[in-house]
Amino acid sequence: MLGYLLRRLGQAIIVILGVTLIVFVLSQLIPGGQARAALGPKATQSQISHFNILNGFNQPLWVQYWHYILGLLRGDLGYSYRNNQGVTALIINRLPKTVVLVGVSTLLALVIAIPLGMAQAVRRNHVFDYSMTAVSFVLYAMPAFLIGELLILFFAFTLHWFPSQPPSDASAWAVFTNPRAFVLPVVALAALTVAGFSRYMRSSVLDTLTEDYIRTAKAKGGSPRRILYGHAFRNALLPILTLLGLTLPAIVGGALIVEDVFNYPGMGLLTVQSASNDDIPLVLGTTLIATIATVVGSLLADVLYAAADPRIRLGGDD
Amino acid sequence: MSMDPFERLPLPEPESSDAEALAPEGGNAVSDGGFLRNMFHVFTENKLAVISAVFLIFIVVFCFIGPDLYVTNQTNTQDALLNSTQNSPPSSAHWLGTDESGFDVLGRLMYGGQISLIVGFFAALVATVIGIAYGALSGFFGGWFDAALMRFVDIGLSIPVLFLLIALVTIYRPTATMLIVVIAAVSWLVPARLIRAETLTLRTREYVQAVRVMGGTRKRIIGRHIVPNSVGTIVVFATFDVADSILLLAALGFLGLGVPAPQTDWGTMLSNGVNFASNGYWWEIYPVGLCIVLVVVALNYIGDALRDSLEVRLQRR
Repeated sequence: MLGYLLRRLGQAIIVILGVTLIVFVLSQLIPGGQARAALGPKATQSQISHFNILNGFNQPLWVQYWHYILGLLRGDLGYSYRNNQGVTALIINRLPKTVVLVGVSTLLALVIAIPLGMAQAVRRNHVFDYSMTAVSFVLYAMPAFLIGELLILFFAFTLHWFPSQPPSDASAWAVFTNPRAFVLPVVALAALTVAGFSRYMRSSVLDTLTEDYIRTAKAKGGSPRRILYGHAFRNALLPILTLLGLTLPAIVGGALIVEDVFNYPGMGLLTVQSASNDDIPLVLGTTLIATIATVVGSLLADVLYAAADPRIRLGGDD
Repeated sequence: MSMDPFERLPLPEPESSDAEALAPEGGNAVSDGGFLRNMFHVFTENKLAVISAVFLIFIVVFCFIGPDLYVTNQTNTQDALLNSTQNSPPSSAHWLGTDESGFDVLGRLMYGGQISLIVGFFAALVATVIGIAYGALSGFFGGWFDAALMRFVDIGLSIPVLFLLIALVTIYRPTATMLIVVIAAVSWLVPARLIRAETLTLRTREYVQAVRVMGGTRKRIIGRHIVPNSVGTIVVFATFDVADSILLLAALGFLGLGVPAPQTDWGTMLSNGVNFASNGYWWEIYPVGLCIVLVVVALNYIGDALRDSLEVRLQRR
């Protein structure tokens, strides 16, 4: 298990290094360079070269990358000239809000999808299965912003059950102290993943039910209930953990849209706002942090998998 | 039911020697009349896919020929603001009402649909072509070259697509052409991985070995044997990717990062429409929302049916 974890950690570090390289290359692609982006189109040539010398942008690229990495290790993500503030300071209180949104809605999606997928597998090809399958497909085809807007139209404007957006000054933990304000964004994000998770759970349970040990359990006279919960459930659950790690980038991307729809002040909304302001350093900073958060999340999912699967836990071959 | 979204995840496919033996033999699978006829037959058996294809043709005609029949001003903002009422409900003059600039919504659906469909189609095309080249080279040469190329794909796939897309759109101002390039730049990774997996299994096949023994060049093996035999995988992916690209463009438009006014796309239209959600201007929200969802669902059903009809291995299973 330790070997597996170390190898997995090494992979995550390589991926994060690679992402820093991609983000660095992107920052070099700005037409006219960072100086033009910071100083505006009216800057003179001497102002630009002064800016470049001041910020070390006249040095060879690999030196600049090295300084960028050193800066990242110190927690320095660059400077937002539009906001006259460091990127790190701007991101730091937004990140927990996105993490809480993604965490709570993913948990909700799992709590709905796992029993749903099992129920569909047990009643395979019955009316219940077919109707849930149809609902899944419609949900899967719906763009995130449409789900969000429809929820607002129906539950906020027509029924007045929930506010159309959480209070803008809410802290990251307000989702637990004032849950009513967060119902719509959390449900919108969960709706995006529930379809995929329940489909996967359904086929995973169906696969597991054909295993030899299930037949053995049946032959020994286990009741259907005992076979389903005692033997099939935990084994069918394992692939869901892998899926969780693989889906995480998509969930974080979905969170960006949901934050925009519900005006929820997380990393996604910050990214969208800074994109409209042409604040490239801030956009690149949020992209890097969102990716690192995603890689760490996937790593955690794999660690959970390793802890849950005896074939890995007891030191097998992967 | 076979349209399972997660069949599209780039998970390694289980190897089955039985299934491989049933794969099409020999070089160019496309030019075989019997194969095409068989493919058409299996496709038309799927009623939902046929309905989807008809619907898609209708939408293309609606967007590209419709403006000739239902003539509206869609480019002159000044004229629209002066000569028509803003946000007016459907009437005989404006069948689906007007939007906040006074543009006719039905005409705008066609006009914006052109951008959405063109960007969706060409972004998928470019992404697929890059993915084929990258994946085929990686899989064919193998070794450390393959390992390095695939690590790069892993790294790219770990960045949430929308963040990367927004970063690219912020750096390069969004015009329709730039949007095609940018959306392609974030979506070629999955086909690269698919084609690589396909190449890895194909290059060990007897007929590829035979070409090699007969002295066929690498270029010939990749171009005449490996890529044509991956055509099923390629076409199916490309179909799904058109849907995904349309959704990505819609998301960008919705975030206010679509094509600049007075041009428009479906996402931008929806984004403008929902500003008036509390005013009850339904004609600015539901028609365009429906267009996006129906086109995406139709493309998914078609891709699904194509998979059934092109993947000979699946057919005979």
